[in-house]
Amino acid sequence: MAEITPEEHYITAEPYYEPSGSEVAVFEAAYANRLPLLLKGPTGCGKTRFMEYMAWRLKRPLITVSCHDDLTASDLVGRYLVKGGETVWVDGPLARAVRAGAICYLDEIVEARKDTMVVIHPLADDRRVLPMEKLGTLLQAGPEFCLAVSYNPGYQSVLKDLKQSTRQRFVALEFDYPAAELEARIVASESGIDAPLAATLVKFAHMTRHLKGNGLEEGASTRLLVHAGKLIASGVPPVTACAGAIAQALTDEPEMLTAINELSASLF
Amino acid sequence: MLSADDIAARLDEYLETEFSFIRSDELAPLILALAPAEQAFVLDWTRRIASTNTEIAHQFVRRAPQVLKLQEPRVIEAWALHAMDVYDRAGLRAALAVIQDVERFVQHSHARTAGALFDEVSGVLLHFVHGLAGRPLKLALADTAWTDSETIHLPALLAQLAGREDNFRLYKVLAVLQWAQIHHGTLRVALHTDFTSWPDAARAQRLYALLETLRLEAIIARTLPGLGREMQQLQPDYVAALPAAWQAAARQVQGARSTPAASLGLLASLYAAPLPPPRLWQVELYLNEVAACMQTRMAREKQLLRVRLAQWLEEQRKKAPADSAPPRLAVREPADDAQAGDSFELTLNDAPVAPPETIARLLTSIRLDLGEIPDEYLVPAGPGEYDPALYTEQADDPDAVWQGTYHERGASYYNEWDHGRQHYRKNWCVMREKEVAPVHDGFVAATLQRYSGLVAHLRRSFEAMRDEERLLKRQVHGDGVDIDALVEALADARDGSEMSDRLFTRLHRVERDIAVAFMVDMSGSTRGWVNDAEREALLLLCEALEALGDRYAIYGFSGITRKRCELYRIKRFDEPYGAEVRARISGIRAQDYTRMGFAIRHLTQLLNATAARTRLLITLSDGKPDDYSDYRGVYGIEDTRRALLEARRSGIHPFCITIDEHGPEYLPHMYGAVNYTVVSEVRQLPFKVGEIYRRLTR
Repeated sequence: MAEITPEEHYITAEPYYEPSGSEVAVFEAAYANRLPLLLKGPTGCGKTRFMEYMAWRLKRPLITVSCHDDLTASDLVGRYLVKGGETVWVDGPLARAVRAGAICYLDEIVEARKDTMVVIHPLADDRRVLPMEKLGTLLQAGPEFCLAVSYNPGYQSVLKDLKQSTRQRFVALEFDYPAAELEARIVASESGIDAPLAATLVKFAHMTRHLKGNGLEEGASTRLLVHAGKLIASGVPPVTACAGAIAQALTDEPEMLTAINELSASLF
Repeated sequence: MLSADDIAARLDEYLETEFSFIRSDELAPLILALAPAEQAFVLDWTRRIASTNTEIAHQFVRRAPQVLKLQEPRVIEAWALHAMDVYDRAGLRAALAVIQDVERFVQHSHARTAGALFDEVSGVLLHFVHGLAGRPLKLALADTAWTDSETIHLPALLAQLAGREDNFRLYKVLAVLQWAQIHHGTLRVALHTDFTSWPDAARAQRLYALLETLRLEAIIARTLPGLGREMQQLQPDYVAALPAAWQAAARQVQGARSTPAASLGLLASLYAAPLPPPRLWQVELYLNEVAACMQTRMAREKQLLRVRLAQWLEEQRKKAPADSAPPRLAVREPADDAQAGDSFELTLNDAPVAPPETIARLLTSIRLDLGEIPDEYLVPAGPGEYDPALYTEQADDPDAVWQGTYHERGASYYNEWDHGRQHYRKNWCVMREKEVAPVHDGFVAATLQRYSGLVAHLRRSFEAMRDEERLLKRQVHGDGVDIDALVEALADARDGSEMSDRLFTRLHRVERDIAVAFMVDMSGSTRGWVNDAEREALLLLCEALEALGDRYAIYGFSGITRKRCELYRIKRFDEPYGAEVRARISGIRAQDYTRMGFAIRHLTQLLNATAARTRLLITLSDGKPDDYSDYRGVYGIEDTRRALLEARRSGIHPFCITIDEHGPEYLPHMYGAVNYTVVSEVRQLPFKVGEIYRRLTR
């Protein structure tokens, strides 16, 4: 396995990001004080993009790990591999981030197995150490290392909720869909459609967000609007673009699909 | 090809002619004249209708052959089903009127082929209206289209236009216009207007309604251009055909800045002129209903808002530094676009804040009613002002249903499958959830004492089923090195052969993710031993389940007739097992009859609302579905089977544990060949239930 060096994770070009509040200042202050961060908010509202932006701003490499059901502690910390008849230790992404003083971003942390979360506990409090059990050592994080995790409270259930012992270690930043005008600006700039069309797309997104709790788990995210915008920019009629990029992504339920398509047909 | 005698014999059977004055030999020739396929069709529907009522079936046979010459079979099916639905709702006389007035039905057959039905479109329309937002509106059936500001009323059938598609669009337009009446001030202004100052108040109100329709159409065309175009296609050139005075009025109210006041201002000049033809989508105004609805809501929402604000500010205060200024709330209106309706900003000490969703929703709703948010609404409620009775909906006492005036308020409705009719009876069962009164007697202690050995055994065997970590060997990736595999691989490498890459061990956790609902028979037949055995079994099961950690709920079911279907809460999914639940198990008592369909349908809903990978519905019963009068024999079994099919289709695994030794005769049909088990001896129930559950979920 070829190792990826943290240096490759530098973000050189400025990512497009429109701040919607004081999140940049809070992040910088937390970073300066070596506090870990928790990004809360619905899918596709710009959490990952914000992390890229902050990594670029702080000039630190960004190592992102998407958490999932099977993510084990060794997936994060590291493990022994056999190479040329000998066993060698290979750092996991978290250990690499600690060594390199990078920003480690654990996306959708609640998706990870519960025992995995415990690994990050000593790293998230004032000890700032990563226990490497297999090596029998503690890895001390330098001042430049930063831990950030994200989670989506909309999906929380009895089974998947962040434990108090975990969440109380973090400085929390709450993200939501941007205000209508700002969101339209983002959609226009990311997809290349004109401003009025972007504004109508945002209006449509608001309609689907009203359906949250009334039959939809979640409304259309900014990301989906950008997808639809890109299709429109390539010549797909708006109603068709909304049906493919937004309605189908939100639900499989026939009545809901029809209703969402009727809503977009009303708008364009 | 059937002979006249064959037909007569069948009619004798279906129509029970022995006990009536119906003469099958008179009816048979009518059917004999039909083609074989048509004969079968008429006889089949006669049988299906007769399962509901023989007289309706009799009248059907008399007319069906005639109607069949003019109409497609699907129209006749609709006619028959409609008659049976009317019978369910309004009784025999009304149903016979439907059957006898077949000409009217035939005239309206166009309506039934090209019309759009409320039942078919209401699901989509409800989502559609929710998407438009403002206030979560409801949909309901009515003779005309009108709104009370909370519910959008629509007719059961729209058939004014040629095609089904267009009629659906008309439904949509009617719903959107009602939403617009609420959203753009029509109702608010109408309520503050004294139409009785006109010689003919009804006429003045109609004029206002029409002018408002024109105004709202223009708003829709601007904000929802796609829908605006559809409306234009449905009824083009309406305004152009109006008299000159009306055209001028239309231009005025359709201006970008027009308000309901402008429509009122035009009343004087148009009052004397003849009334133009109604708009295709004219929505009625019933101001008394609007006033009543608004009044209760406004009082409730004001109180609710102030209480919620107090709670929210208290939370904010705890977070803020101690010396910060006292909270000062205000609403900042947007500078332009007064018609937007839902764009405004709440400020706390002049800084914009995002209130929790409940508060935002209340503010939106209040603003829809009043056009603004008065300052007094933003005064947080003081201590002692918290009176839940003022704003929360009080649940009706389920036991009060049969006292005083009979009503079905507060109940849920469930469809029931009518096997004879081969169709659902709509909203047939009136269901209520009830609490089981906890009984603190010696039952729990005695049971746990008597079965102490079994409890310990069950706990141990259930504990063994809990999440267990299994060590997977020879993995490509893993947490540890699989020494055996490594030794082999190294040997292979020295030997010159290819080395395996499966060298790791990995701990794999098998997580249980199960939600199970126990549905316990509380019918009269369980009185005595069976009831005791059920209670004991449930108690032991709960003790064991606590060791396992599966989410579970327990509900008892019973009832008498479709009007009184009752589900008894013993333990909800989100309720911890404890003394209270134990006392409720102890309080399980035999009640009335065994109607099963509604209980399965309701528990299916509850299960589906619970997050779990595997959902189980386990019935504990002592016999067949059986209720007073209609719900017995094939009817009850078929409805139960249908309810179980619905449950299975939604991803639930139903299973039945019964002590009825005749179970094998009907259970395979209802639950499927392997999804039931018969416990031969009542006394064995406590011993078996835990074991069966363990087997089922292993």
